[in-house]
Amino acid sequence: MVTAAQRPVFGAPERRAPSRGRRLLTRPSTPALAGVVVALVVFGVQAPQLLGAGGWASVLDAAALIGIGAVAVTVLLVAGQFDVSIGVLAVASSVTAGLLVSEAGWGLWPALAVSLVAALAVGAVNGLLVVITGLPSFLVTLATFLVLQGGTLVVAQSVAGTSLVDGVEGAPGWASADAVFGSVLVLGDGRFRVSIVWWAAAVLLAGWLLRRTRFGNAVYALGGSRRAARELGVPTAWTTVALYLLTATAAWLLGTLALVRQGGVPVAPGFGAEIEYLVVAVIGGCLLGGGYGSAVGAAAGALLYGAVRTGIGVAGWPPQSFQVVLGVLLVVALLANGVARRRLIAVPRS
Amino acid sequence: MSVQEALPFPEPEGAPVLPPVATAPVLELRGVTVRYGQVPALDRVSLRLLPGTVTCLLGENGAGKSTVVQVMSGVRRHDEGELLVDGTAVRFRRPRQARSRGIATIWQDLAVIPLMTVWRNFWLGDEPTRGVWPFRRIDLEAARDGAARGLARVGLPGLNVNQPAAALQPGQRHSLAVARAIHFGARVLVVDEPAAPLTVAQHALVLRTVVAARDAGIAVLFVTSMPGYAHLVGDRFLLLAGGRVAADLTREDVDVEGLTQLMSGGDALATLTAELRRGR
Repeated sequence: MVTAAQRPVFGAPERRAPSRGRRLLTRPSTPALAGVVVALVVFGVQAPQLLGAGGWASVLDAAALIGIGAVAVTVLLVAGQFDVSIGVLAVASSVTAGLLVSEAGWGLWPALAVSLVAALAVGAVNGLLVVITGLPSFLVTLATFLVLQGGTLVVAQSVAGTSLVDGVEGAPGWASADAVFGSVLVLGDGRFRVSIVWWAAAVLLAGWLLRRTRFGNAVYALGGSRRAARELGVPTAWTTVALYLLTATAAWLLGTLALVRQGGVPVAPGFGAEIEYLVVAVIGGCLLGGGYGSAVGAAAGALLYGAVRTGIGVAGWPPQSFQVVLGVLLVVALLANGVARRRLIAVPRS
Repeated sequence: MSVQEALPFPEPEGAPVLPPVATAPVLELRGVTVRYGQVPALDRVSLRLLPGTVTCLLGENGAGKSTVVQVMSGVRRHDEGELLVDGTAVRFRRPRQARSRGIATIWQDLAVIPLMTVWRNFWLGDEPTRGVWPFRRIDLEAARDGAARGLARVGLPGLNVNQPAAALQPGQRHSLAVARAIHFGARVLVVDEPAAPLTVAQHALVLRTVVAARDAGIAVLFVTSMPGYAHLVGDRFLLLAGGRVAADLTREDVDVEGLTQLMSGGDALATLTAELRRGR
């Protein structure tokens, strides 16, 4: 018989709690934030105007658009999922809204509402297919990607007969839509676009969802161990579908921002944006295996992307070198993430 | 006493008859069948869990042990038969329902997610929240305090609940799973012992958990493939083979050698019974 007094005391006595600095090192966002500082110093020395209002406006502008996609991809990656179709979905939803305005004569707001519903429908299909088939999400969304890429071109060609949807400017509701999605704040020589605010809102929302809600816990659990999540009764199917709905909303936002900014949209859905989102998410500290990552990390990764992209332009480096730097950053990020992960897990197992 | 005599053969036809018991079972399976497609993983399995009693579920890999665990803890629904809690038939749709009925499970993999913090692991699937949707959020303080209190109860007072579960030692991780299992007021504890080889110390940990739960008056189902360890703590022994109950024994019926022998012969026994039935 084991009485309460004899009840086993499991494990070893408590070790010293890890120091503050050590904990900071294990945050997913730390390497990317360090990278931002390095990039600003390197390019700031070569081209001091990068650190002026104009420079910051360009850095943040480049960061905002990539950042919205990257934060959506980050939440997906934390759950161990990926969505190849997000970039094409952005183009498809802006083409949908643009065609409804220019060809059907709709007001801009109803058109945007319809394109949002359409984007959510695509997201729901993605999520349901991933849940039902149980296949890797990369394959499932690759199918969606192909359908959307071809479908957008076919529809635009047959309805409008062009590969450029424009005439959105001046449609009913344009003034208010422009204020919401296209306004610009001029500070000194910097033109700060409203997309920066949308980016910040997306990061805050994702951060709140991931850290403070049951949904966020479910997302981490899904990426950390699907089996354990199921055993504990985490709603895995609903969480997966909700994730793709969120990504679809982000894609719609990206498409709408582009549509309003240019007053139209070239019908050129292509591969590439998704990869940049993925790269930025990994630079922001996501593990490709899932279960680890943060919204702040995605923001830091996007900021690094913006700083490097603008810095290369301002410092007069050949534009192609951007890809080289991005590739190097990716490798460094992969190595740093591996170190962070090991540091997180490494414990004396006596 | 020869083992062969004490060996109750599976009931040939109809619902299995269980021996009468003194107290009412907390949880009972009555002729439960579970199919994966056409293949039955469990075939009319009946068992009773009594308060303060350790029932051992033995069997080889693929005998259907984990399916029993899944049915009891609400991860999988049974296709036929009845699952009774306190004599009332229930049908769990999700694990939380089983938990709220007092059925706690310590899973084979402990269901601990390494990269999540200890307190998030503790509450996963049933986090305390505040606020109304869409602003409903996890009550961080209640969650951290609750996890710390739950861990203190299983002998880990003062454990830092903000560290990732990966930083815990194996024993502490086991304690985390125990603390989580008993937090919701367990009356039935299902302990699914890992299939992977454990050290003696780890086995001791599992067995002590089983014994402590039994002494607390909890009905324990101890799922294991090791007859030696089962006999140390078990009051009843249920042998599964090919998804069927191949033997249902009490401590008086069988000693450790008999149990080991049965385990190795269990599969053959089920095959033999199936052959005989077909021939009839």
